[in-house]
Amino acid sequence: MLRFEQVSVGDDLPPLVKPAISRLQLALYASAGADHNPIHVDDAAARFGGLPGVIAHGMLTMGFLGQLLTRWVPRRQVLSFSARFIGMAFPDDVITCSGKVVGKRVEAGCNLVDLAIAATNQKGETLQSGTATVTLP
Amino acid sequence: MIDRSIVGREYPPFSVEVEKRWVRSFAEAIGETDPIYLDEQAARAAGYRSLAVPPTFPFAAIMERNQSFMILDELGIDKRRTMHGEQSFAWHGDLCAGDVLNGRQRIVDVYDKKNGALEFIVCEIACTNQLGEPVCDLRTTIVVRN
Repeated sequence: MLRFEQVSVGDDLPPLVKPAISRLQLALYASAGADHNPIHVDDAAARFGGLPGVIAHGMLTMGFLGQLLTRWVPRRQVLSFSARFIGMAFPDDVITCSGKVVGKRVEAGCNLVDLAIAATNQKGETLQSGTATVTLP
Repeated sequence: MIDRSIVGREYPPFSVEVEKRWVRSFAEAIGETDPIYLDEQAARAAGYRSLAVPPTFPFAAIMERNQSFMILDELGIDKRRTMHGEQSFAWHGDLCAGDVLNGRQRIVDVYDKKNGALEFIVCEIACTNQLGEPVCDLRTTIVVRN
């Protein structure tokens, strides 16, 4: 298991490249994520909203960022996690999640590691950027 | 323009049961294969009461209780003109299949950008489990494109 002393500011997390987003995945996320906004599954509804076509749920991409974190540390060690949704993901986009250690601190006897995280598409555009704090033994 | 007086508004408390089948389908929808979300034995071996949930699952739980959309419906905003702008989770304890998540939504801010072309509704929910223990705090920003 990864330990606090093994981690340094500036370290990169192993990046996570997800399989291309499919329309089926958007339908599955609409259901399991209980987000039935039609802009994620119906092109006409998306165009009504001024979009070129269906877009992925922001929370699908953020779910990928969650996987970046829980591949690096056990699930329980993720203490906080936030993301700003800057760009939209579309069907067939390939999302890469990346993270970097930006801080280390000890608070109330708890070893904390602060991370900067981001999700980018295949063109290198940043779709989400955020922060997370994990604890390490 | 969204009436700024809605800041501070609280919505009725809600409860949602974290069903095993739902945790699995959520994990599958995001392409997650970690067995702690899919396999009861693996979850228990990792020290969980039952299946663990992915870190973003609580947002699905609040959506299951219509939390974001009830604000839009109340304000008469067509959800096709809205997007999710920002989300944060602060975790305080485990959430597992079989647990009940309780919460109460509150609007904490409303603001606009680009001369009102974009409006933002910020809401917060502090979720507890069936024992009243804090589990996860959520903060959500909804973007309305006028």
